[in-house]
Amino acid sequence: MAETDIKNLTMNFGPQHPAAHGVLRLVVEMDGEIVERCDPHIGLLHRGTEKLIEYKTYLQAVPYFDRLDYVSPMCQEHAFALAVEKLAGIDVPIRGQYIRVMFSEITRILNHIMNISAFALDVGAMTPLLWGFEEREKLMEFYERVSGARLHAAYFRPGGVHRDLPAGLLEDIVKFCDEFPKIIDDVESLLTENRIFRQRTVDVGIVTKDDALDWGFSGPMLRGSGVPWDLRKSQPYDVYGRMDFDIPVGKTGDCFDRYLVRVEEMRQSLRIIMQCVEEMPAGPVRTQDNKIAPPLRGEMKQSMEALIHHFKLYTEGYRVPEGETYTAVEAPKGEFGVYVVADGTNKPYRCKIRAPGFAFLQATDFLSKGHMLADMVAIVGSMDIVFGEIDR
Amino acid sequence: MNDALNDLGEYIASKAGEHVTSWEISLGELMVTTSRESLLRLMKLVRDDANCLFKVLIDVTAADYPAREERFEVVYNLLSLSHNQRIRIKVPADEQAPVPSMVQLFSSAGWFEREVWDMFGIFFTDHPDLRRMLTDYGFEGHPLRKDFPLTGYVEVRYDDEQKRVVYEPVKLTQDFRSFDFMSPWEGAKYILPGDEKAEDSAEKAD
Repeated sequence: MAETDIKNLTMNFGPQHPAAHGVLRLVVEMDGEIVERCDPHIGLLHRGTEKLIEYKTYLQAVPYFDRLDYVSPMCQEHAFALAVEKLAGIDVPIRGQYIRVMFSEITRILNHIMNISAFALDVGAMTPLLWGFEEREKLMEFYERVSGARLHAAYFRPGGVHRDLPAGLLEDIVKFCDEFPKIIDDVESLLTENRIFRQRTVDVGIVTKDDALDWGFSGPMLRGSGVPWDLRKSQPYDVYGRMDFDIPVGKTGDCFDRYLVRVEEMRQSLRIIMQCVEEMPAGPVRTQDNKIAPPLRGEMKQSMEALIHHFKLYTEGYRVPEGETYTAVEAPKGEFGVYVVADGTNKPYRCKIRAPGFAFLQATDFLSKGHMLADMVAIVGSMDIVFGEIDR
Repeated sequence: MNDALNDLGEYIASKAGEHVTSWEISLGELMVTTSRESLLRLMKLVRDDANCLFKVLIDVTAADYPAREERFEVVYNLLSLSHNQRIRIKVPADEQAPVPSMVQLFSSAGWFEREVWDMFGIFFTDHPDLRRMLTDYGFEGHPLRKDFPLTGYVEVRYDDEQKRVVYEPVKLTQDFRSFDFMSPWEGAKYILPGDEKAEDSAEKAD
């Protein structure tokens, strides 16, 4: 038989592919069906957020954070709000903190529904997506009722939250919390014991503890590998310290474990939401310092000073004293941090956004080496990639 | 919390000796400044020493201070899971002098450093794959430098005649507006428009 030269095939995957989770472009070198090397090309959604923030006041920078990871907007506002509060030394009233924690957890459920259902779709299960999105719609209704927008809420602001909860919202959230476990069970009944789902995910894309740390993983990617690390527990911010919840961890660190961790996190989030509703204190929702947060609308009709404050805040904004901080929160995807350098003016001098997905995607090459092409899709799906935050 | 951080700062400073230029704690965060030559040694120390164990390189970034002699500052944020501590290591840099790459110590440094190279043009030695990261294929310039304009230099559009995307110099229908928020009551150090003669007349009055 004549000898034939077998060359590696270089294949382009994406950026317009349903399993590319947005605009991921992978240049994959393949030996038959086996991935030899995988080079992600990112930046197709780069909008220069960090540069733009340098030219905006601190308040104007908040909406940019919604547009990073557009699946979990409020958690990112949270990081920025905490960073500015730290720099400017602002105290947030306790009710504001409770509302923020409650909505952070709503956001976590929002994100995990999206990830689990999209991941299931990547490996061939369509129904969870249809069921999950109905629930997401309910959660986004909560968003809308509280902020006026379904996605880009701009609700968490330095100093607290923008507005108080509308009447009746807490009752509806309780109602949702009562009904939602049933939906989680339903989705689990489709996936967890499903033979096809397990064949596609068990022992695929295994990350060991040391590898996970070396690659800078966080969130479910780290916990899936058996590291019980959660910033909500280890470095609690706002009122997370008062909440009673558990941190699920995986055993093997494969795609299936990461899925299980996310499912359990949704249940834990429900626990936190219920605690917030039960303990929700009365009082103001944002700081009473009118140099930072605008005065009430009614007050402005009467008081000259309130009117001046309002005008100054929405034109010039407030000045943040010189300093720098790295503040991180446990976003649904992992550690989301902002590194803000303030120079004493009304605009940040530098604002670096640390997105968890950036570190995950970097490891695609390491994770998918030696796997089949189809497994690579499962790995990318289990990493919870959203391009808004990676490309920034 | 702050005591432990203070101890840690003192420990690192004593252990690393001349490798630490200075260290401080501000806003409850530990910052250590070092030099380019000492960076690798210091990073290895804080990663492996039993009292530090900063195993996770959370982030590498930079900031541009054009007024300084060495205009850039490369910033490394590290996290220790065992001690639940964070540390920030800063290294001054400029356009010419390269900074040693951390890829041999932390795999996660790879893309972070690529991004810093892309955004600031700071070169990293021994980096296995220092290509541009977020900007367009064939992009020129380093966008996060302070002298790079917010609007950039080129814009793209689809040309129907050539049937491809073309690059053109940026045309702004309205000039980019940068408002001056310096209040004259808080000591603006320049003369306001229309106020040029104010000082002369004030002197004459005296």
